[in-house]
Amino acid sequence: MLSYILRRIVATLPVMAIVALFVFSLLYIAPGDPAVVIAGDQASPEDVERIRQSLGLDRPFLVQFGSWVWRILHGDLGTSIFTNLPVSAMIGQRLGPTLSLMIVTLLLTIVVAVPLGVVAAWKAGSLIDRVIMGFAVFGFSLPVFVVGYMLAYIFALELEWLPVQGYTPRAQGFWPWLENLILPAVALGCVYIALVARITRAAMLEVLQQDYIRTAKAKGLGQGGILFIHALKNAAVPIVTVIGIGIALLIGGAVVTESVFAIPGLGRLTIDAILRRDYPVIQGIVLLFSFVYVLVNLMIDVVYTLVDPRIRY
Amino acid sequence: MDRRTVLKGLAGAGSLALTGGLSAPAIAQGAAARTLRFVPQANLANFDPIWGTQYVVRNAAAMVWDTLYGIDSSFRPQRQMVESEEVTDDGTTWTFKLRPGLKFHDGEPVLSKDVVASLTRWSARDPMGLMIKALQQELTAVDDRTFKWVLKQPFPKLLYALGKNNSPCSFIMPERIAQTDPFKQISEYIGSGPLKFAKSEWVPGAKAVFEKFADYSPRQEKSSWLAGGKQVMVDRIEWVIMPDPATAAAALQNGEIDWWENPIADLVPVLKKNKNINVDIGDPLGNIGSFRMNFLYPPFNDVKARRAVLMALSQEDYMRAIVGDDNSLWKPLPGYFTPDTPLYTEVGGEILKGKRDLDAAKKLLAESGYSGQPVTCLVAQDQPITKAMGDVTADLLKKLGMNVDFVATDWGTVGSRRAQKTPPGQGGWNMFHTWHAGADCVNPAPYTAIRANGDKAWFGWPTSAATEKEVASWFEAKNIDEEKAAIGRLNKAAIDDVVYAPTGFFLSYTAWRKNVSGVAKGPLPFFWGVSKSA
Repeated sequence: MLSYILRRIVATLPVMAIVALFVFSLLYIAPGDPAVVIAGDQASPEDVERIRQSLGLDRPFLVQFGSWVWRILHGDLGTSIFTNLPVSAMIGQRLGPTLSLMIVTLLLTIVVAVPLGVVAAWKAGSLIDRVIMGFAVFGFSLPVFVVGYMLAYIFALELEWLPVQGYTPRAQGFWPWLENLILPAVALGCVYIALVARITRAAMLEVLQQDYIRTAKAKGLGQGGILFIHALKNAAVPIVTVIGIGIALLIGGAVVTESVFAIPGLGRLTIDAILRRDYPVIQGIVLLFSFVYVLVNLMIDVVYTLVDPRIRY
Repeated sequence: MDRRTVLKGLAGAGSLALTGGLSAPAIAQGAAARTLRFVPQANLANFDPIWGTQYVVRNAAAMVWDTLYGIDSSFRPQRQMVESEEVTDDGTTWTFKLRPGLKFHDGEPVLSKDVVASLTRWSARDPMGLMIKALQQELTAVDDRTFKWVLKQPFPKLLYALGKNNSPCSFIMPERIAQTDPFKQISEYIGSGPLKFAKSEWVPGAKAVFEKFADYSPRQEKSSWLAGGKQVMVDRIEWVIMPDPATAAAALQNGEIDWWENPIADLVPVLKKNKNINVDIGDPLGNIGSFRMNFLYPPFNDVKARRAVLMALSQEDYMRAIVGDDNSLWKPLPGYFTPDTPLYTEVGGEILKGKRDLDAAKKLLAESGYSGQPVTCLVAQDQPITKAMGDVTADLLKKLGMNVDFVATDWGTVGSRRAQKTPPGQGGWNMFHTWHAGADCVNPAPYTAIRANGDKAWFGWPTSAATEKEVASWFEAKNIDEEKAAIGRLNKAAIDDVVYAPTGFFLSYTAWRKNVSGVAKGPLPFFWGVSKSA
């Protein structure tokens, strides 16, 4: 197993290199110019050119790419064109809020979606099944920002239970941390819950028709034990897969959610950097996201071995 | 006790049980009242007011760095860091003396050498600064509190240049910081203004914090814009960046923020209904909408084509597209200068007044030789103002019979593409939309967009010798009457040659909670004099 994990980690290197080249090339050919944004609306073309030169943006593509790769190899993601702060420090500032949002959303999803899917499969064709699947369609169909605004209106403005926006670090207390994450996590989690609930239902339906389930019933096992101990474990592989794929969805959804709830996370940093053409920041974030994605896939493969002993690497 | 309190209590108890730790204590009411939470117009992405000239940087910088003079609400420069000044009879040698006791945030005294270095850096980037630099013979520190500026010829607007609120302002920094290349960003944010920048708490794109500077010695005069006594009434000002206007509106209603600089027009009715919120015009100098035509290529290299567009455009259409049905938010603008300011004029603006004459405009366009070639019109879709104006312009050009190549893109792309001097079909353009802060259009000094010196002019590169002649006349004017006369002639010349197309004058609101007082109207949010009760 250990050698498999090491091989997979080594295999991420060419993937990351291709991502790096792709991102750098894309940004190089994309329209827009950070020097123009920095110089402001009243700047003369000469001012813009001077700033472009001072940022090194007038150098040839290969020179810029080479110096960027050289820095990356030395563990340096570069410095933001706009803030003059190291990209790694900016990412570090934003990692906490995004990780918090993703963890709470992930927990919420697993706690809500898996039982819903199991119950829907158990009661397949019944009113309960239809209600749960109806909710799933609803969750799929509503954009994150619409759910976000609705939740903020009801639970923050009308009921005054929760804040509209912001983020409080965990170090300042559990409740201050959690209260800022509840609405965003629910908004972001809706699509995810719908997805996981549907997959769980489908996987469970297949498993529940297996002979060993019938045997378990014949032995007189309780419904809960059959569903959650025997059936769910055997249906877990596709569920784990979709949870893993969903993390990519969460990264995308975090961009919108963090804007709607003014959470200072990586999603907002990404948007800000793209709009201003802050190339080093965009490159750093995309590298980070692609690394996380590769890592999540590796973790899923490892989890497979835990839920299904037949799988060996 | 409301449900939120109960929930908090339950969660707190749960947290205690689970983690064995204690939640952070709630901020005491007094401390909360000493912190003003403000949502600015944009993200404070950098904090060098000379290197980055965006308005949001200028607004934050005005708290941290002080200026030698400050423009008051009558547009007059008043002494700020300066105690006294003397000028020789020929107007070429200025000697300034600094106020005693001025200190930087690191505790060091403000000295003449700091001023000299700061003015040197500023004058390399600012349009007025560049003019002064061209006339400069020497700028030297005489002693710790005295410095001298010797010019080759008089520059009557010198004090205005040192006090103006247009970006970049001549902020005074410590010498070691001011010696940074003006085209490179500073990394220390030490000023001598009434508030200190808390760099350790800065999260670009999310938060910026400013703390009251205990050693600041404000002037005794009443504050007026950048002039007078800058008395800070709170201990801490937190800028909370909110990209989403709906979130900002909800946060203001919920009391999570205290002041929102520029609520969008769509949300103002909701805010006005809230009994805890004040809504008023924030900046009486407003904005001037505009689109610029490229003088280098057909059809707009011909003044007849430019005049045809001006003759046909309805400013009301543009303004309603921007501000909606609120008539108090806009005015027609048959000229280029900010309404209700001393130099405002409508001389020469007849072409923009009265019923629009589409037939005459079409005839004039035909006389220009326009033969149906595509007109590349750049429109930034991510800026509501430019998007609204772009849609109106596309309709206008089609009515005139022009073949519109509508390039819907983002502001970043417009910003770089408008600098291209290549032909429209090869990456260039024929027109783009923007707007100008009214504060930048009160006179020609900060007004880059009115200049018409061809290759050196702003994008579109207009050439108009008559316009340039009158800009020079204004700079040389010795009194307000001469200034007004020059501006009248300038307005007429610029409209005759259509330096750019003004689409109207519009205002925007600002909104704050009723427990906040002292919010002043002006071209930027002034934080001195603003207090907050619990």
